[in-house]
Amino acid sequence: MHDLKPITPLWGTVAQVDNIGGMRISECPDWALASVASRRGKEDAAAAAAAKFLGFDLPDVARCATKEPFAAFWMGPHQWMIEAPHDTHEDLAAQVTAAVGENASVTEQTDGWVRFDLEGPHCHSVLELLCNANTRAMDQGAALRTQLAHLGCFLICRKTGTHFSVIGPRSSAGSLRNALITAVKSAT
Amino acid sequence: MIINHPLLGPRDAQEFTFLGSASLIDRPDWQAEDALEQFSDYTYLRNDTGGENRELWFHEAGDRSWLVVTRNTFTHEITNVEMASDVARARGRSK
Repeated sequence: MHDLKPITPLWGTVAQVDNIGGMRISECPDWALASVASRRGKEDAAAAAAAKFLGFDLPDVARCATKEPFAAFWMGPHQWMIEAPHDTHEDLAAQVTAAVGENASVTEQTDGWVRFDLEGPHCHSVLELLCNANTRAMDQGAALRTQLAHLGCFLICRKTGTHFSVIGPRSSAGSLRNALITAVKSAT
Repeated sequence: MIINHPLLGPRDAQEFTFLGSASLIDRPDWQAEDALEQFSDYTYLRNDTGGENRELWFHEAGDRSWLVVTRNTFTHEITNVEMASDVARARGRSK
């Protein structure tokens, strides 16, 4: 029998957490992800089916909506990413597929991404060193895609000013963490 | 340079990549009698005009939508930005 043990995007057995200068950078491996893209002509049916499954409406352009256990953020026209706790929703993509049927295309995304949460009072100073997103204009629930350390990442404001999630490509998790740590050290 | 994205508002041009003339949207019908000639023109012939141009830009580091940007190549002034999907559908394309 193989003895396979899951590892985090940073190759650890537990999530990496760094506390530097009053800021906290935490690897968040406990989230399952699935993307939903509504099919042309079925946008309304897909939105209705997704809302029934999630318990809330899919968010508008550049927004993130949350109601436990789910969160959903806008990725592009007619495209959203759904987040849910991995422990209870490991088969998130299958659940969403069953909910939306032929109205949308669903893709498993869990292991394609690494999520880092950046928390503390200096979020804006850190992020303005890393990307050209206007983070000071982002309130709780704002979500956009931008480039951090040459990587296409999603940036989600979980709490205005003090808590942001950076969701970037998993295979570049180490580079992304390095960029975040370097920026935190510079900004604090 | 700032591109005023129709959905996301003003975004840095650094986030976009440039493809070329928006005339690429008008892809010839491959089943036409003179398809070879049409595709030859479509692929190789461009009017190299300065001034106001309609161009295709891709929001690669953003929401990954294609845009038609009307830009003056002498001044870099951008006068209009549209979703390429809207432009294509308005011109009779199905996708």
